[in-house]
Amino acid sequence: MPDQALPTGENAALQVRNLDFFYGDFKALVNVNMDIANKKVTAFIGPSGCGKSTLLRAFNRMYDLYPGQRAEGQILFHDKNLLDKSQDVNLVRAKIGMVFQKPTPFPMTIYENIAFGARLYEPMSKSAMDDRVEWALKKAALWGEVKDKLQQNGLSLSGGQQQRLCIARAVAVKPEIVLLDEPTSALDPLSTAKIEELINELKSEYTIAIVTHNMQQAARISDFTAFMYLGELIEFNETGTIFMQPGKKQTEDYITGRFG
Amino acid sequence: MMSLYTRRVWINRIGIALSMVAMSLGLIGLLWILWTLFSRGFAALSWDLFTQDTPAPGSEGGGLRNAIVGSGLILFFSMLISTPIGILAGIYLAEYGRISRFASFTRFMTDIMLSAPSIVIGLFVYALFVATTGGFSGWAGSLALALIAIPVVVRTTENMLKLVPTSLREAAFAVGAPRWQVSLKVTLRAVKSGVVTGVLLAMARITGETAPLLFTALNNQFFSTNMAEPMGNLPVVIYQFALSPYDNWVNLAWGGALLIAILVLAVNIGVRVIFRNKVKR
Repeated sequence: MPDQALPTGENAALQVRNLDFFYGDFKALVNVNMDIANKKVTAFIGPSGCGKSTLLRAFNRMYDLYPGQRAEGQILFHDKNLLDKSQDVNLVRAKIGMVFQKPTPFPMTIYENIAFGARLYEPMSKSAMDDRVEWALKKAALWGEVKDKLQQNGLSLSGGQQQRLCIARAVAVKPEIVLLDEPTSALDPLSTAKIEELINELKSEYTIAIVTHNMQQAARISDFTAFMYLGELIEFNETGTIFMQPGKKQTEDYITGRFG
Repeated sequence: MMSLYTRRVWINRIGIALSMVAMSLGLIGLLWILWTLFSRGFAALSWDLFTQDTPAPGSEGGGLRNAIVGSGLILFFSMLISTPIGILAGIYLAEYGRISRFASFTRFMTDIMLSAPSIVIGLFVYALFVATTGGFSGWAGSLALALIAIPVVVRTTENMLKLVPTSLREAAFAVGAPRWQVSLKVTLRAVKSGVVTGVLLAMARITGETAPLLFTALNNQFFSTNMAEPMGNLPVVIYQFALSPYDNWVNLAWGGALLIAILVLAVNIGVRVIFRNKVKR
């Protein structure tokens, strides 16, 4: 299989430059530099506490909610630094959506779960909103299962369905990038397979960054894989290369299960 | 070896016995109150209680219509004032000002207000409102009761919102929602039943308050729905009638006390039922 070239500035959706991250005095990310490829799946692997979730949460400035957490360096998105104080954080989050480890449907109907985010930045008529909800639920491969119960509470769905609802909710805002923070670690194998299938379909239209503890999953669904350890980006390459011919000893040890 | 074990068994028995005695002492007091209240109160219950107004000194019969309606109006308006203020302040404390100095000051003041003697609050409203606007009124009563209810609503709202899992809050921010939308449409909705409980418990708390009404709404022996005038209300009527020499007045006081007790009991039990169903789901 011909290797895909690592993204460079030209075809990158996000460019991370000299990124440091701090939880108070603790330095959780050390000088991270990488490009997230446009409309590809980039996976982040590494042992717990290595900083992969922290990196993901820097992409949509989720850390902003907590005083004491701060990022230094640059994350370029359309040539603008996301980390700038002047950046409108809510707008960033509308463009860079996120799905979390545990399914988190809002305490409202399935329809409203999708519409909540969609109407924040686009005034829409009722019928346009109906179309958007249907479109988003179809994107998340959930439409068939819920089309007759859109007015039911989102919490009434099963765990796997709830997670797909969360993906639909993220997609409904029409983001460019979707961040997935261990999206399948709370799900059973069948639901996991469905989500993976979904990620495969979504990547034709969205840039996807996924944090996962499951290395087979990273190997199955990603185009590029980043291995992180103790806050540093150890190795970043095309997924096949990382798993077949890792360049660094630490990467090899981790993927062969010798530590982690 | 054996003696140590026997000793422990005996200490255990004595401990259980002592706590049983303490428990029954507490329970006897409560049951006694309820028994007296119910037996004397039910004797006073009749249609007249709801259809006639408080009697003039020396006249026969009479009811509590003016006091019941007055209490209802005063309670209604005090909850109308305290519910939005309390909920919004609770949202501020839980969602906006978790660590700000202004928030900890507000939290401290709320705690003081929670334990402030209600007579002090009555005096405060008297000095600031009644004395300056020229008279006792239903509005002044509502204001005094609202001041007592607000801190209760603030604290329950804040505590409920603090129970919302971080993941839900983050998820709402993650679609790009501004903080006020996250608070009002997602987290507040997630704890709706808890907040409603807080509001109802605050109402139960102020239903029987007498001291603040003595200085504010005063009393009115005639039927009135004019909130700008002194207004009849159950606690003050009970207070005045229970100490009177007339048998029919004392009777009415028991009837009024029973009505208040039943209302407070109903709210407390109702809240428990709502809450239990929510927890199960």
